[in-house]
Amino acid sequence: MTTDKYRQLQERTRNFCIVAHIDHGKSTLADRMIEKTGLLTSREMQNQVLDNMDLERERGITIKSQAVRLVYKAKDGKEYLFNLIDTPGHVDFNYEVSRSLAACDGAILVVDATQGIQAQTLANVYLALEHDLDVFPVINKIDLPSAQPDLVRQEIEDVIGLEAEDAPLISAKQGIGIEDVLEAVVEKIPAPDGDAQAPLKALIFDSLYDSYRGVIVFCRIRDGVIRKGMPVRMMATGAVNEVTEVGYFGPGQFIPCEELSAGQVGYFTASIKNIKDARVGDTVTGNERPCAEPLPGYKKAQPMVFCGLYPADSARYPDLRDALEKLQLNDAALFFEPETSLALGFGFRCGFLGLLHMEVILERLEREYDMDLISTAPGVVYKVYQTDGTMIELTNPSNLPDPSKIDYMEEPIVSAEIMVTTEFIGPIMQLCQERRGRYLDTEYIESTRAILRYELPLNEIIYDFFDALKSRSRGYASFDYELKGYERSELVKMDILVNKEPVDALSFIVHAAGAYERGRKMCEKLKEEIPRQLFDVPIQAAVGGRVIARETVRQLRKDVLAKCYGGDISRKKKLLEKQKEGKKRMQIVGNVEIPKEAFMNVLKLDSGS
Amino acid sequence: MMRAPSEKRTSLSLYLHFPFCVRKCRYCDFLSAPAGEEARQDYIDTLCAEIALRGEQCRGEAPEAQIVSLFIGGGTPSLMSAAQLDRVMETVRRSFSLLPDAECSMEVNPGTADLQKLRAYRECGMNRLSIGVQSLHDRELALLGRIHTAAQAEEIFRAARDAGFSNLNVDLMSALPGQTFADWKYTLETAVSWGPEHISAYSLQIEEGTPFYTMELPPLPAEDEDREMYHFTRAFLAEHGIFRYEISNYAAPGYECIHNKGYWTGRPYLGLGTGAASLFGNCRFHNPSDYALYKAAVTNRDLPALMCEKTALSPQDRMEEFMFLGLRLTEGVSERDFLGRFGVPIGRVYGEVLEKHLKEGGLEKKGERYRLTEYGKDVANTIMAEYLL
Repeated sequence: MTTDKYRQLQERTRNFCIVAHIDHGKSTLADRMIEKTGLLTSREMQNQVLDNMDLERERGITIKSQAVRLVYKAKDGKEYLFNLIDTPGHVDFNYEVSRSLAACDGAILVVDATQGIQAQTLANVYLALEHDLDVFPVINKIDLPSAQPDLVRQEIEDVIGLEAEDAPLISAKQGIGIEDVLEAVVEKIPAPDGDAQAPLKALIFDSLYDSYRGVIVFCRIRDGVIRKGMPVRMMATGAVNEVTEVGYFGPGQFIPCEELSAGQVGYFTASIKNIKDARVGDTVTGNERPCAEPLPGYKKAQPMVFCGLYPADSARYPDLRDALEKLQLNDAALFFEPETSLALGFGFRCGFLGLLHMEVILERLEREYDMDLISTAPGVVYKVYQTDGTMIELTNPSNLPDPSKIDYMEEPIVSAEIMVTTEFIGPIMQLCQERRGRYLDTEYIESTRAILRYELPLNEIIYDFFDALKSRSRGYASFDYELKGYERSELVKMDILVNKEPVDALSFIVHAAGAYERGRKMCEKLKEEIPRQLFDVPIQAAVGGRVIARETVRQLRKDVLAKCYGGDISRKKKLLEKQKEGKKRMQIVGNVEIPKEAFMNVLKLDSGS
Repeated sequence: MMRAPSEKRTSLSLYLHFPFCVRKCRYCDFLSAPAGEEARQDYIDTLCAEIALRGEQCRGEAPEAQIVSLFIGGGTPSLMSAAQLDRVMETVRRSFSLLPDAECSMEVNPGTADLQKLRAYRECGMNRLSIGVQSLHDRELALLGRIHTAAQAEEIFRAARDAGFSNLNVDLMSALPGQTFADWKYTLETAVSWGPEHISAYSLQIEEGTPFYTMELPPLPAEDEDREMYHFTRAFLAEHGIFRYEISNYAAPGYECIHNKGYWTGRPYLGLGTGAASLFGNCRFHNPSDYALYKAAVTNRDLPALMCEKTALSPQDRMEEFMFLGLRLTEGVSERDFLGRFGVPIGRVYGEVLEKHLKEGGLEKKGERYRLTEYGKDVANTIMAEYLL
């Protein structure tokens, strides 16, 4: 291609993403844009092309970044290439959002006309602005009776400071105003810069492992051109591979093409067998004519929430390892290492970005890899300062050193913003209080809505904070947080003993002031979860060897089929088989049978009630 | 006194089902319904045809088989006229080799018989009656939906004696809705005072699909009360020379029900009549529960259609049954029998679980037999489920 051709292509390209609070209609808008640009007819189109995992569709969230190229013929008569890059919406996935944003030059901010700005709206806009993206707002769901577009427009201007006077008013669901959005993309999102004649410089923003082609590298070309047959080098790892295919993203498929030049978003393969050789955030350059400096990469995602994962059937330990490895290829934020539990056998200690991330991974393991799992109490990373002056980062409560060797401990604290309508300020403040929150300030967005700012210990929000927030605000509160740092705290390890034996999988770290309450609730809950056995089973909560709460599961008194005659033995056997099936779902701890669900269920303490 | 014929390889039992009653009891989930005389006669015709057919089948497949016990259950078999029963028994004798000392039992509902009828039954060859007494409080009988009073029950018992029956069972139910310990004690004491050779005492089990399942009932006795009644029953009956030999069955020595014991020890049996279950030729199967289908199969001499859900028992199935049925018996299961039947020591198959149950107190070992402890009997299902392989 000639220099002019490259320049023209660059001028006609728009790389952008859509950001929004959950459920504000991001994926639906993406679908409409795809449909409108003629890539798919609506009949061909399954709802929400970009969310191609079952799980995402069910939960209405986008977990894994995807991208799609659209061709749009604008009102100025010219054809434009749109690279629409999808981003996850949830706070847990900020790290992935960052990756996607790095491939974009601008962002469409979708705000729900009935709900206005929400916590994740703000979080996502701030992230986009941090990445120097040009952001323009669109107001969605204007077809709903409760839509208040004027109010929302004002809110966007006042709270975010974005020009919203000519923000498109749309209904992605009804297909209203989509043309306006497409035109706005042409006008308001800048064309990519970069020099197609310069040495290749491309940013890896995602990757995928394919068993036939090896690692598929998703990249944004900053300078130069990448084409088939070209040897490329990963600047951080130094790995050199020959490009076997380049292409761009069709809806749900990869479409090979000749080359990708400066300003383009696409993929390449180079028979890369090891995902570690194509690290997300690394810079790709030509091996023969390398660029001088790599692009700034990303910060590595720090797992914030940890739990143990064990196969319910211990024979499937290798399967679980394989499944985790495969997931990790796609999800660099997932951390795992082997661990052993007395109660649960061989498993893995896994680290997640947040509780939602954890739930998503658990569900994917169960659905896509058919794993039957037992998970232990999720916890955060504590810093344990020992009397000998050393510090350890504790991810598994079982590894807590002897109390005599501990000088003090620190726990992670987050800065949280909770957006709420004023009538619920009271209950929400009370909730934050119960969770050891430190109140910072309240900012009124308008007369009926406010942002509450709190500092909260992370471990207080990883269990059920989100649910409690929703239930105490009738679903109106929204919430976002980021890690602030570590603070010294009075923490103790709580052990749960079943039939006098500590169940390591149920140990957790808790603030001393809340220990009794938590211990009591755990025992009560566990009592409900453990079926009666052939003997009395004491359940105890203990801190440092001292029992602070106790419940007893009374011995089973009667379980007998009095009548067994008429010769119908098959029926009797079916009854026993049913009983045996029930036992299969049990984990034997010591000599007590504990249902596998119990491990998860006892953690869901609804302290809201 | 009647002695159990020694168990032989050739022993076979017959169960005959009579699916009619005067009125369905509210707790009953057996295959039974009221019907007119014509329907009953038609049924007897079909049943006799099946007896003949099965007799042929038996002569073909197990020519040596000898009937050691016969049991007529229902429904309410005592709705049968003496003539009908006579025909049934005659057909049995013609079709099978019925041992002269075979135990021949039938169920009798006190609301459907009198001395004359019972005399006739005795003459037909019946030598054991199981009288459905259930309770000796009229209030409880009414609640259960029984068609007789306590007084009628006693009358029928006396009549049975007068008719020459020297082996009588009284069927009783404990843990009834609203029943107190004292209520149960009275029923039990009264029944014992009549001097039966055998007592069956079941805790009421409320089954899905029965009126009891959905209707509003007085509160059921709590678990602990239920168990108190159960434990009292064993102790009280033992004082009167009636000993528990199975979870819910008690007998004077030598009067254990041969027929029912067969179910628990794996003796083959043929079940005749609608829905009746069989264990024959190492297979379990049952007749169609639908009368029209049943009658058609019998009329067409279609044996495969008379073997619904036919399942051949694997050695594993047989081991499981050996355990969960055998453990119902007070005498429990024998290591030697297990080895003899299956050619492997019991410990090789069940060592771990036997050990666990011995340790937890659900099981005890006496000589070479394992048996449930008193507590083990309370939670028998929990224990037996663990013997499924």
